[in-house]
Amino acid sequence: MRDVAIVSVSQSTHQRSLDHLNEVEMIQPVIQGAFEQIDATIRDIDFVCSGSSDYLAGQAFSFVMSLDAVGAWPPMAESHVEMDGAWALYEAWLKIQSGHADTALVFAYSKASPGDLPRVLSRQLDPYYYGPLWPDSVAIAGLQARAMIDAGLTSEAAMAEIAHRNRTVALDNPHAQVKGSASIEELLAQPYLSDPLRVHDCPPISDGGVAVILAAGDKAHQWSKRPAWIRGLDHRVDSHNFGARDLTTSPSISIAADKAGVAHGKVDIAELCTPFTHQETIAVKALGLGDDCVVNPSGGPLAANPMMAAGLIRLGEVANRIMDGTADRGVAHATSGHCLQQNLIAVLEGEG
Amino acid sequence: MPPYDNDRVVVELTNPGWSQPEIHIPAGGGDGEPVQRIRVPAALRYRYNPGTAPTEFLLALANKKLVGGVCPETGDVYVPPRGVSPVVGRPTSGTVEIGPNGTVTTFCVVHIGFGVNAPPTPFVSALILPDGAAVSLYGTILEIPIEQVRTGMRLEPVWVDDDELTTSFENIKYWRPLDEPDVDPDLLKGHM
Repeated sequence: MRDVAIVSVSQSTHQRSLDHLNEVEMIQPVIQGAFEQIDATIRDIDFVCSGSSDYLAGQAFSFVMSLDAVGAWPPMAESHVEMDGAWALYEAWLKIQSGHADTALVFAYSKASPGDLPRVLSRQLDPYYYGPLWPDSVAIAGLQARAMIDAGLTSEAAMAEIAHRNRTVALDNPHAQVKGSASIEELLAQPYLSDPLRVHDCPPISDGGVAVILAAGDKAHQWSKRPAWIRGLDHRVDSHNFGARDLTTSPSISIAADKAGVAHGKVDIAELCTPFTHQETIAVKALGLGDDCVVNPSGGPLAANPMMAAGLIRLGEVANRIMDGTADRGVAHATSGHCLQQNLIAVLEGEG
Repeated sequence: MPPYDNDRVVVELTNPGWSQPEIHIPAGGGDGEPVQRIRVPAALRYRYNPGTAPTEFLLALANKKLVGGVCPETGDVYVPPRGVSPVVGRPTSGTVEIGPNGTVTTFCVVHIGFGVNAPPTPFVSALILPDGAAVSLYGTILEIPIEQVRTGMRLEPVWVDDDELTTSFENIKYWRPLDEPDVDPDLLKGHM
């Protein structure tokens, strides 16, 4: 295996609506930021891969136009996934592992603001049984939260505590959209949105993006004093059929964590893409994280949740803390689909 | 109009390879009739904002003008402007007026029309380079026999009536020939 590291991370200041900008205008400064941090240009990049969704843009082949923000001239090797950017990073990592590239730019973005996000997300469901019922994404997450509470694995108070902790640490995150929290008692006094979920249990709806630069071996050392080496990377999927799953657990996270080698060392920090409060409890357990692991020091997706980017941002947040020396070893998690259906786990390490 | 099999459009073209095959429904289990179709209404509504630079383009169209975005490094003008120069990946340094007259860079003769606004077939679709722009726009050419259309031909846009002008590219109904000498096709290389 080749040594591959994240050497640069740049993200938007996420907002509810970047109404005046199109996707290209929104993502271009983010990509430029990733290059400027390491004094590089697109000419230094062998492969580009992005993650975005036409369903969010409300426009076919929207990702092709966002390539304007890359400067794809002369013609270059490029790919796209209709998934969270963490999976675009996976593709780029494979490309580097296969020896076809030494460097890669990975970016992901979405504007959820033009559409009705909970309804748009219902289109991830199968078209015959669930899809025709148009259940919104919050209601589906509510089913999972109810199953968790009924199984005694969480409580409304424990969920409020998770919301409170994430949004409180988000006060220190310059990119966060929702910063600070009312007290847990005040949160629990709020009405339900989709019983048992209250507004604080749900992620904000965000417009924003992220860009990450990967490099192999010596190139990584050249661009970063302390690269965030990707020591393990794996992704797994559970059934799309809710009735065939135990919604209170995540076998796919556990398997991916095992394959990525999460347990092979102390985990200083974990950035989990758990948009709903109860899902953090599922992910922490499935990953086997101990009490000494700091979970979501950025505030996680409860503080900002740009679809398609939120998972790649988790890798970026861990990488930043390794590059600046705050952490030696961290775990990043990305998810796609409803109720943590599909999951990617990355283990990042610094050296020296 | 193509024939309809209840609510399913069956396209029948002269080339059978392009036509849709018949559906064969297998007999279902039990005594009931096999389920042949389910109806699932699906619609998502979006409030689409074109962005800063495309908004300038659309506002200009309402005044029968074309504008493009200027590359900060090469000075090339891209139309429609999207706020970023596609060759360098940097924000454009502003918008400038171009055209509205232009030159055919390439074209094709359309024999199968799609959409309610398509002219009677055959007609010519073309890429048209507005004067001062680096890339071409898409348009329909009318008011000339199709066999006389050629690369390098000069054109002008035909706009909808003033009281029908909106912030839409459809303000240009079509393009028609100008009585001007052709442009040397060599000068059009790289501008499609």
